[in-house]
This record gives sequence, structure tokens and C-alpha cells, in this order.
Amino acid sequence: MLRKIRLAVALLFFIMITLLFLDFTGTLHAWFGWMAKIQFLPAFLALNVGVVVALVLLTLLLGRVYCSVICPLGVFQDIVSWLSGKVKKNRFRYSPAVSWLRYGMLVVFVVALLAGVGSLVALLAPYSSYGRIASNLLAPLYQWGNNLLALWAERVDSYAFYSVEVWMKSVPTFVIAVVTAVVLVILAWRGGRTYCNTLCPVGTVLGFLAKYAYFKPVIDMAKCNGCGLCARNCKSSCINAKAHAIDYSRCVSCMDCLEKCHRHAIHYVPGSMIPKKNMSEKATAASGEVDAGRRGFFAVSALFAANSMVKAQEKKVDGGLAAIIDKKMPERATPIVPAGASGLRHFAQHCTACQLCVSVCPNQVLRPSTDLKRLMQPEMSYERGYCRPECAKCAEVCPTNAIHLTSLAEKSSIQIGHAVWILQNCIVNTDGVSCGNCARHCPAGAIQMVPKDAADNESLKIPVINTERCIGCGACENLCPARPFSAIYVEGHELHRII
Amino acid sequence: MNKREEKVMNRREFLKIVGVSAATSTAALYGCASGEKPVSSEAAVKGEVPVDKMTYRTSPKGERVSLLGYGCMRWPLKPAPDSDGNVIDQDAVNELVDYAIAHGVNYFDTSPVYCQGFSERATGVALKRHPREKILIATKMSNFQNYTRENSIKMYQQSLKELQTHYLDYYLLHSVGGGEGIKTFHDRYIDNGVLDFLLKEREAGRIRNLGWSFHGSVEVFDYLLSLDVKWDFVQIQMNYVDWRHASGRNVNAEYLYGELAKRGIPAVIMEPLLGGRLSKLNDYLVARLKQWSPESSVASWAFRFAGTYPDVLCVLSGMTYMEHLQDNLRTYSPLVPLTEEEKEFLEETAQLMLKFPTIPCNDCKYCMPCPYGLDIPAILVHYNKCVNEGNVPRSSQDENYRKARRAFLVGYDRSVPKLRQASHCTGCNQCNSHCPQSINIPKELHRIDAYVEQLKQETL
Repeated sequence: MLRKIRLAVALLFFIMITLLFLDFTGTLHAWFGWMAKIQFLPAFLALNVGVVVALVLLTLLLGRVYCSVICPLGVFQDIVSWLSGKVKKNRFRYSPAVSWLRYGMLVVFVVALLAGVGSLVALLAPYSSYGRIASNLLAPLYQWGNNLLALWAERVDSYAFYSVEVWMKSVPTFVIAVVTAVVLVILAWRGGRTYCNTLCPVGTVLGFLAKYAYFKPVIDMAKCNGCGLCARNCKSSCINAKAHAIDYSRCVSCMDCLEKCHRHAIHYVPGSMIPKKNMSEKATAASGEVDAGRRGFFAVSALFAANSMVKAQEKKVDGGLAAIIDKKMPERATPIVPAGASGLRHFAQHCTACQLCVSVCPNQVLRPSTDLKRLMQPEMSYERGYCRPECAKCAEVCPTNAIHLTSLAEKSSIQIGHAVWILQNCIVNTDGVSCGNCARHCPAGAIQMVPKDAADNESLKIPVINTERCIGCGACENLCPARPFSAIYVEGHELHRII
Repeated sequence: MNKREEKVMNRREFLKIVGVSAATSTAALYGCASGEKPVSSEAAVKGEVPVDKMTYRTSPKGERVSLLGYGCMRWPLKPAPDSDGNVIDQDAVNELVDYAIAHGVNYFDTSPVYCQGFSERATGVALKRHPREKILIATKMSNFQNYTRENSIKMYQQSLKELQTHYLDYYLLHSVGGGEGIKTFHDRYIDNGVLDFLLKEREAGRIRNLGWSFHGSVEVFDYLLSLDVKWDFVQIQMNYVDWRHASGRNVNAEYLYGELAKRGIPAVIMEPLLGGRLSKLNDYLVARLKQWSPESSVASWAFRFAGTYPDVLCVLSGMTYMEHLQDNLRTYSPLVPLTEEEKEFLEETAQLMLKFPTIPCNDCKYCMPCPYGLDIPAILVHYNKCVNEGNVPRSSQDENYRKARRAFLVGYDRSVPKLRQASHCTGCNQCNSHCPQSINIPKELHRIDAYVEQLKQETL
């Protein structure tokens, strides 16, 4: 019964969180957005004391149910492991904890967190890993499915579906997502919760707490005949059948063993009922293989990153229409991060790179950074769209409050960057025609058109930017007719300012 | 097989029921017991498209011209162009041309600039398969960009080559009245001696009829008629809206036709349907026309209007689809002239139509290509479609606001790729001089863009 409840709740969480990454309309976030916000690391980074305390208390009360129910990466591994179990039954066996690796990873993680190495934090954090898998591998499938429906809707003249752009937002991030998924599938297929009990920093922290949990699965020595069936079905490999002992730091309270035991010898009961016993473990350094695998990610990603230069031509050239050259990203001295991120440093320290904002950005502005220090954390660029005034989706969905806005009005008063005009790109200069498209679309009214020749009022007009009013939304850059490089583009601000 | 038979049975049953109810309702309506048998399809009611009933007009020179002329500006296109850039679906063109000729059409009107410059070639290929003496070919001097004598004469000779013929039945100075009016006319045809050259060609018999097509201000029209040149025909824009309510710089067709009739110059009619705008009416007007004559197509009203005037030699229609060709063939096989009452009815319809704020774009694509990649006609056509379908809400308080907003915005992205939408218009004004309807294109695009912004930001 306990297992069934766990399964039901876990599936609900898993499906809803996955849908958060797939639903590009953002409607689901209004209802289930909280599921991302109660994830341990995001809540921790958001300084969401209430959630962190609640999760700690939950673990102290029930053990690591967080890992079995709330964490989407944990449930993902359970699903893989369950499929593997269909092929080969009773395949687990007890193994001692690899404490040096667990605590070593935790130390690395904490140091990275304190040092502000966001990319390493993002790489190790479980929720972010799942977010990357969902947004990089599942979202495109979901969107293609949607586009198919949109095509059909168009045929029957319905506006129920509209098509969305599917594009490669960042090759390194995609590669990391693929590698993470492959490694996790292999690990889960072979060893169940190997990742959770060796690499996952959240698992290590909660495991430490779970040792002192009030409710625990306990083996009733009077009933146990030592068959070891429980140990062979424990995906955490934490039941030592011979010693009749369970390593509670690794047990994720999945309740599988409770149902497996033919003699009903395992019960989920208050821990005070455990017979006092020495549960010392020997750590064996047997797991260097995983570490090597990790290192492999970087090598492979670097390889793929080099290949990303070869970009697929996606534009069709219709004879009746002028060909449009793709816009290219300008070399920005300072990257642009969304309004509400406060500034680069604050953002780097609070973002777990879960890709939720990248998934929901309806204007194709956000994409994972390829900069090593901020790898996978989102940044903005305006080749495909600009940060539209009516949208604050990224702030709405951000589980860590790395992007935090109270209202749309607040957003439109934050200067995330400022526009820069480049004379030699401007069509007033190159084509000798008047334009003013930047000024026409500036939502802040920061651009004026003035005659090129101050003495001649009839001369063509060029844009002049009042950087004090510019908010860096990129409307000018995106809608500038100059291609491939816009004649007006946005430079980011290290620290965001309020007008 | 069994299943199939069952289906047929069911169909028969169904038709029987429909037939019976139709018959009873007819009887009830007209109060007489009709002997009409139930019928199975539209073809059964209307009969096949007639092959020998086309109305013909005779030119002053004695040429027999079919009232329906084939406009070759809107040939069916392929999804992707050939390696040489040719976009036209030649097989489809051949089929349409064969069908049209078989049903009595003998006038084909093209130009070197139509269909991205490939219309003449496609038309030539299709017509080559028919006896030359049975068809009349019209094409134009479309020297819009380069006015020089060399370029213009080259264009004329290229036309003969592309159309695979030694003579042209009808040759037009293309779109006289555009640009700067009389000055542009002089630049294009007088100062470079092109008109003299063409008059010599007419004497030599390589041009059988010389005329001009007209878009623009009335001064130019009057000026051309006052010249000491014998014009064999003039092509004008005429339809039941332009008759008395011409838009922009255009001149009321009533005046143009009247002046030509006075001088005994036959008129060839273009834009009888305003680029399809007179068949894509809003629901209210469709209902109005259908109520008067439920079995006639909306388009047929416009064609009957143009054909009713006796000095009209030929009415051009750019028919992309076989269904449109068939509909027009029926309308003119033979023409049933409008009664005075029907003319009055169409005039009222035109007045109602003007109350809808559509943009008078006929999708002729003369403005293209926009140097900045915009798809101007697609934007304007989408806007007009939304106006006609009631999807241009005026305020967020409108009853259908949410639905209309979605239809407008989602439909916009479907009809026009994002990079070709109005938001990219630089206002360079290079398109304006090309528009025969003298639409202020950048102004309209900026207006539409501002409206789209209001919809997106929900500040309406």
C-alpha cells in the first residue's frame, strides 16, 4: 500500500514537472509551477527557508522520500530501473557505500557553489540535469508534434494550434544533456540508484539527514529467514541481508522491499524500534569508472562545440521575395541576462541552469550560454526575437528566483543593457535610404531620428540613442534591416539598473 | 465489395430523402406540383460547361474576341522553383489553356514581368500547341526600370521570342499613368522614340493592335487620348466598385469607359474582380448576393457587370484554378447582361463594401520584391481577410475579442513568415511608385504593425 501511494504521487510529480518543460504556452505553470519551486537546490538558492526547512523535516520524519517522489531525476531513474527489472529479475545485490566519493562530490559541489562556478553546480545538480534532458531531448519532440497538429489545424482553418520554432539553442548544452541521459540510463539500468548514492549532492545531504529519520524500513528479525530477496530487489543496494542491516543514508524509502518480502518481515515504522547494532561500513574504492565517464562528457562536448560552427541553412529562397540573410550574433562585451536577474554575479550564483526559462521563452531570446564559466545558464540574444514588453515568463517560472520580477512595470524599468549604433552597418549609410525602424519600435522611446547633416534638415535621418532611457530589450537590434550584423545592438550591463 | 454496395445504397437512400424534401419544399414555395426529378450533383443542375456558347465581341478591325480573356499574371506556381528560377507549374498551365481554348477562350494577356518574369515563356509554351491563327496574344512594353530605347526594344523582341510567334495581336504600353504621370509617360515612350518604333512595327504588321493599359490620374488618360495616335484599344480597370468609387489616384471607370465609348475605342477590362476581392467578400455581402441569386457564384456578378457594357471587347481574369475558369466560362457562355435593377443592386453593394476598411490591394505583386524581404501583398491580403471575417477587433471590450485576436495573430504568422512581416518595414518608400492602386504601402504597413503591437501587448 505504501509503495502504491509512493508510485502514484511520484508519477504525478514526474509527469507534471516534465510538462512544465514542454508546455511552451506557459499555462501549466500557473497550476504546477510550485513543483519546480520545491526542488531542493532551487529552493536553497532562492533562500526559500520555508521550503528547505520543510524538506529537511520531511526527510527527518520519513527518510529520503524526496528522492523517490519529488525529484524528477530520481523518478526518471526508477522508470529506467523498472524497465530493466522487466528483463532481469532480482538483479541487485548489496554493496557498501562509497563514502569518499559521496562526500568528495559534495565538497566539490559546495566549493563550486561558494566560488560561484555556476556551470559546475549546474552540471551536478539533479533537478537541472533533468531539466536539460527534458528541454533538450523531449521538448523538440513535443514541439514537432505540436507543429504537426498546427499544420492540420491550418488545413481545417482552426486557430487551436499554432506552430513554434524548433531550433538548436546551444550545442554544448545539448551534448551535455545527451551524455547525461545516456550515462544515467546505463547507470540506472545496471545499478538502480547508483547516481543518487554516489554523485548527487542533494542525495548525499538528504542521506546524511535520513540516517536520523523517524520512520524507517526495519527488518523484523523474528520473521526474517535471511533469503536476501529484499537485497536483490533494492535499487539502492543498501540492504545487507547477511547482517540484517539497512544503510539508511542510501535508502530512498521506495517501499519496494516491504512488498517483496514473502514473510512480511520488513515494516516501515518509527526508528526507535531498530535494535541497537553496530552498522559500521567499510568503504571500498571501486567506482573510478564513473568519474572517468564524467570527464568524458567534457571531451565529447568540446568536440561537438567545434562542429556547431557548421550551421544548417534553413531559409528557403522564393523567387518573388528578396532573400533574407540570417542575423548573426554580435560579439557582446558583456552578456545580457533577463530583467529581474539583478546582475551577472547574482545571476551566476543563483541559477541552476535547469532550462525552464529557456523552454518557455516565447520570443526565442533565451538560450544556454556556451561560456565555460556560465555554461548552460541562460543568456539573451536577439537574432530571432526580442524581449517583448508584455512577457515576463522567465521570471514567472524561475524556481530559484535567479530571475525575480514583481510586475511587468518593474521589468520595463530595468536597464539590462543599452543599445549601441554602428554607423557603417546602418542602411542610411549603406543603402542611402531613410529607415527609422529602430526608433519606431523602441518601447522606451530612447531612440530619436535626427538629420545626418546638422546643417541640412532634409538630409537622411540617423538614430541617436538616449542610453539613460534604453532598457536593452533588443527590439531595435532584432528589427534592424541591416544583416547579418544589425546596425544597432545591445551591450549588457554587469549590474542591472533601475530607471 | 459488400460494404461498398451498402454505401451506394445508403447514398441513394440519402438522395431520395433529400430529393423528396427538396421537392416538397419547392412545391410549398411555389405552390405548384413540380415534376422535377431529384438530382445528384451541381453538374446535373447546371449541365456541363458549354463548349460553344461563349459570347464574342468584334473589334473594329473585325477580329472575333472571346468576352472572357485569360490573364496570365496568376499562373499556378510550383512549391519550389526550377534551377533557372522558373516557378510556374507548366503542366497545370497547359491543362488550363487547353480547357479554356476548348471552351471558346481565344484572348491571352501576358507581360514580360508577370510571374517573376516567367509568364511569357509558360504562356508561349502552352499556346504553341494550338493553331496560331485561332488565338489572340496580348503582351506589354513593361519598361518600368530601364527606359532606354535599347532596353525597351530588346524587351519587345524578347517577348516575340518567349511567346514563340512572329507577330503580336495586341500590344500595350504597360501601366501608363504611374510614377510621375505625363512626365514618366514621356520618359518611357516618347523621348526615347519607343512609341515611334512601335507604330512602325504596327505598320509592318508585327503588331496588329496597339494600345495601353491605364492606372493613374485622369490628366494622363485625357492626354493620351488627345495625342495624334490612333489607339486600337485601351485597357482599363473596371468593376462595380471602381465604376463610381475608384480608390486612391484611380479614376472612376464610368468616366474612362464613357470617354473610350465616345471615341469608338474598344475597352479591354482588367481587375474585373479586384484581384479576387470581389469574390472574397465579407459574409454579409456574400449573403446579400446569394439571396438575390442563390445559384450564381459571387464572382459571376462582377463578370456580368464588366461584360454588360457593349464597347467592352474582352474581360481579363487571372485564373489560377480550374474551378475559377469553369465558373467564369459558365458566366460568359453566354453572357446574361445585367438588368437596370441588378446594376442598381450592385451599386448599393459597392457602397456597402466601401464601409469595410479593407486596403485596396489586388495582390498584383508589382511592389515586389521588397529590398528588405517583406512579403507586402501577403500582409495586406491577411489584413483584408481579417477585416472581412470580423477578426479586427476595435477594443478589448469587443464581444469576440479573444477569438479574433487569436485568429489575427496566429493567422498572421501562418500567412507571412515572421521575418517578412510588417514590423520589418523600413519605410524606404521604394515600393510606393510601383503600386497601380496608389496605396501608401509603408503607411499601411506601419499602421498594421502598430495594430499588431496593440494586439500582442493587449493595449487595445
